[in-house]
Amino acid sequence: MKRSHRLLLFAVGAAGMAFVYCAGALNMPPWGQYRGPYGDVIAQLAVYQRHATDTVNAVTYDYRGFDTLGEEFILFSAVTGVMLLLRPEPDRSEEKGGGGSGNPASFPDRATLSETVQVFTTAIFGFSVLFGIYMATHGQLTPGGGFQGGVILAAAPMLLYIAENTEAFQRIVSHPLVEFFEGVGAAGYALIGIAALAMGAAFLTNVIPLGKTGDVFSSGTIAAISACVGVEVAAGFTLIIFEYLREILSRSKADEE
Amino acid sequence: MSYPADYPYFIAAWILLCGLYGIARSRHLVHMVISLTVVQSSTYVLLLAIGFRRGGYAPVFAGLQTGVKVVDPIVQALMLTDVVVETTVVALLLAMVVKAHEKGGTTSPDDLRFLRG
Repeated sequence: MKRSHRLLLFAVGAAGMAFVYCAGALNMPPWGQYRGPYGDVIAQLAVYQRHATDTVNAVTYDYRGFDTLGEEFILFSAVTGVMLLLRPEPDRSEEKGGGGSGNPASFPDRATLSETVQVFTTAIFGFSVLFGIYMATHGQLTPGGGFQGGVILAAAPMLLYIAENTEAFQRIVSHPLVEFFEGVGAAGYALIGIAALAMGAAFLTNVIPLGKTGDVFSSGTIAAISACVGVEVAAGFTLIIFEYLREILSRSKADEE
Repeated sequence: MSYPADYPYFIAAWILLCGLYGIARSRHLVHMVISLTVVQSSTYVLLLAIGFRRGGYAPVFAGLQTGVKVVDPIVQALMLTDVVVETTVVALLLAMVVKAHEKGGTTSPDDLRFLRG
């Protein structure tokens, strides 16, 4: 199809979609006057039913826990897909004399930042690990949770990459435990759901004692699932970053040779 | 206020159409993936606009009495998971772009004919 034809077709489709959408949006309740009953019901009940003060996470990890399990496995399979696609190919590494075999640790690169930046970035490393763990474990109380905490945790090795060099980064992220933790995070979520089955309740029922509202160890499975998701997201993002870095390094090494 | 009362709905539609336009006229696969994220972010605007309530508090009852007027927590939970999951899906798509460039030597969506059977 020619580009002009394609754009014409898009213009027709977009105009039609905009028309239908506008007709629909004009009949919606006006902005700022939310009328749905479900949000109100959850907001009133979650604190009493689940002892979780962050109702968003109560929805994510409990009331809608089954959907989040599905989302978690989308994440898991996407990470698996990235690792599959970007895995070092044997033929390429043979051509380049073992260069692209996924072991670019000898690739000479050092951080070019000033020492001040290096010192402070290294200092922030510990802080961001702590902050990520805090986020992942306090999701039931305050905004945060496993998804957000996991991303912060995965960003910590990146800081090390900025401050130090690829070798230091790789020592952390190429560790077999990262893959192990990705599996543990995904399996932990499902196992918490199955544990409820074993106790005679429905899948993903909140069977752990709820504890005192406002405590870190409160809200039962919400805190546990949030922690599992945090582990899963942190490990998954670390693996993705590592695969891309390995891809870049094996390429620039191949270019050099 | 001179805007129509429900203009966030139209902002969401505008972002959606911008993203779709980007996909339709894309000449580069990375550009196409980024356009897809623009399409996706329109759903965040729409969902949050639906759940918004004028004068409502954030639905976090740490230091907030139960029973006060809050915005809808459900739509927020819907998009919360998606923000992270989208990133990994984008990573997967970009990995496909890397492989397409490797196998076909092109990053233009028009030149992907080598993919055919």
